[in-house]
Amino acid sequence: MSKRTRPRVFLVDDHHLFRAGVRAELGDSVEVVGEADEVAAAVELIGEREPEVVLLDVHLPDGGGQAVIEAVRVEHPDVRFLALSVSDAPEDVIAVIRAGARGYVTKAISGAELIEAIERVADGDAVFSPRLAGFVLDAFAGMPAEESPASVDPELDQLSSREREVLRLIARGYTYKEVARELSIAIKTVETHVSAVLRKLQLTSRHQLTYWAANRRLV
Amino acid sequence: MRGRGRHQRFQRRGLHFGPCRRSTEDRMFGGVAGGLAQRTGIDVTVVRIGFVLVSLAGGFGAALYLVLWLVTPMEGTGSIAARATRDRRGILLAASFLPLLALTAILGHVVALGFVSSFGWPLFVAAAALVLIWRNCDEQERAWLHHVADPIIRIGVPSEHRWRRLVARCALGAVLLVGGTTTLVLGHPSRAVLRPLGGALLVVAGFAVIFGPWWLSIARDLVAEREARLRAEDRAEMAARVHDSVLQTLAMIQRSADRPQRVVQLARSQERQLRSWLFEGEVRGAVGDGAVTLAAGVQAIADEVEPDYGVPVDVVTVGDCPLDEELRELLGAAREATVNAAKWSGAPMVSLFAEVEPDRASVYVRDRGRGFDPGSVGEDRRGIAESIRGRVSRHGGRVAIRTSPGEGTEVELSMPLAGAPR
Repeated sequence: MSKRTRPRVFLVDDHHLFRAGVRAELGDSVEVVGEADEVAAAVELIGEREPEVVLLDVHLPDGGGQAVIEAVRVEHPDVRFLALSVSDAPEDVIAVIRAGARGYVTKAISGAELIEAIERVADGDAVFSPRLAGFVLDAFAGMPAEESPASVDPELDQLSSREREVLRLIARGYTYKEVARELSIAIKTVETHVSAVLRKLQLTSRHQLTYWAANRRLV
Repeated sequence: MRGRGRHQRFQRRGLHFGPCRRSTEDRMFGGVAGGLAQRTGIDVTVVRIGFVLVSLAGGFGAALYLVLWLVTPMEGTGSIAARATRDRRGILLAASFLPLLALTAILGHVVALGFVSSFGWPLFVAAAALVLIWRNCDEQERAWLHHVADPIIRIGVPSEHRWRRLVARCALGAVLLVGGTTTLVLGHPSRAVLRPLGGALLVVAGFAVIFGPWWLSIARDLVAEREARLRAEDRAEMAARVHDSVLQTLAMIQRSADRPQRVVQLARSQERQLRSWLFEGEVRGAVGDGAVTLAAGVQAIADEVEPDYGVPVDVVTVGDCPLDEELRELLGAAREATVNAAKWSGAPMVSLFAEVEPDRASVYVRDRGRGFDPGSVGEDRRGIAESIRGRVSRHGGRVAIRTSPGEGTEVELSMPLAGAPR
């Protein structure tokens, strides 16, 4: 990973202070090619500059991060998104992931961890923070397959026991490396499992997921 | 449709004479009469009486009034009709009155009561217009409509005299039903009316079968939409409260800029407060002994330990269940493990993970601190570990501690669940 060129990163956040802070923290490890504070400007500039990774605030006026992903994806399917948020409302996070983000981290993340996450997303892998892993386990928990008979692919509606194991470790605060060591598998395999979970999360047609999110939406 | 044609004509006339606007001051319902009065110079009371008189003629006046309400702009804003053209669901709802109109017309024809069918059209137009107005008017006008409609809505609201009212209503309804049917049957020239009446009932049943599900789904959609709007309002209110509190904290942080410890403390406590507001349901507002569920209890541990030891505790919970005596012991042990991690490990943060499965509840306390050699621990640590272990295993639970020097520590606590989880 260290041999790769610096990833080209674009920042989208409606708080100027936060963008400045992230820029400072990222330092020279990445190349920040631009930033935007609203959906329309973000869509236009991302299309123009074609960054590898977009650091995307979940909460933006006029449709949120979701709107940016949906608009950019049409013409630039190669741009990858990493969601950042202070608010951990599960339904917002799940919505952005389902729109196509490759991962989710909280704004409390340290600079080094953020850089690692960006590189991971640039490489096409998924980034699961402990909280996201918890949400996903919760969303898929205790839902037997027969509850969604209309599903196209029942495989998509359930996590394999290995995937569950990996997610559980991530939720417990393990890094990918630590998960790999704990389960005696390669880091690459951990990444494969996590990417598979992300795919399931994005593709599952299970009503439960929306139902779950709606249920959790308490404010 | 009809409304739009009227709209164009109206606008053309308006251009000619200068625009007509609904009055904001002189209004009983939509301010239409007030606006017309201002426009034409006729006294507003006369205009109103005019509307009432025309309404008596087959309800035509009411329909006209509502359509004018829909298409005439309010002073200072656009017309509701402009917004209504984008309201697909509202138009659908308005259109759903069409089968009802057809039904009314057929029934009126069958029982040979001409006035029933003649009321049909104006009623349909009025109802459709009212639906579009209600759905598309601005907040202020909706509040006004509420104010006007409130006494009517109250009729359906359950009160302490619910039963008495229900009985009264049923009795009144029964009297009207029996009276009406009797009049129909007796008052008709020939008793043969019974047959068309039976036919009419079949027609009604047919309509109900064909359009019933559609009407139901529209009603369901409306309820869902209303709930979504209420939630959005709640959120806005919450945002106002939250911003206020954040501003105060920011001011305090500025004043204590030279005391880093204090700044961190302020920031953490504000963060906790925000979280508990924003995700009240997850935290369930309960702290310490007051916690009623496992997830709330775990969150409470974090809330207590963080400020005491200045180490952030990251909480992730999956599933939840009510607390019983065993789980309280589990939480107590988890709290000790968390305190240990915060106090001794030297790690910058502690991860706390709780999961409720159908048959067991587990809590993991993990830090990436200095760890220790389980074989050669000091008496103090050993004592603590034993107390965690003893506490949980006495209640049928299990404790596993994974650690080695430099590798951090993870304490796994689990407890079988007595009953089924929530």
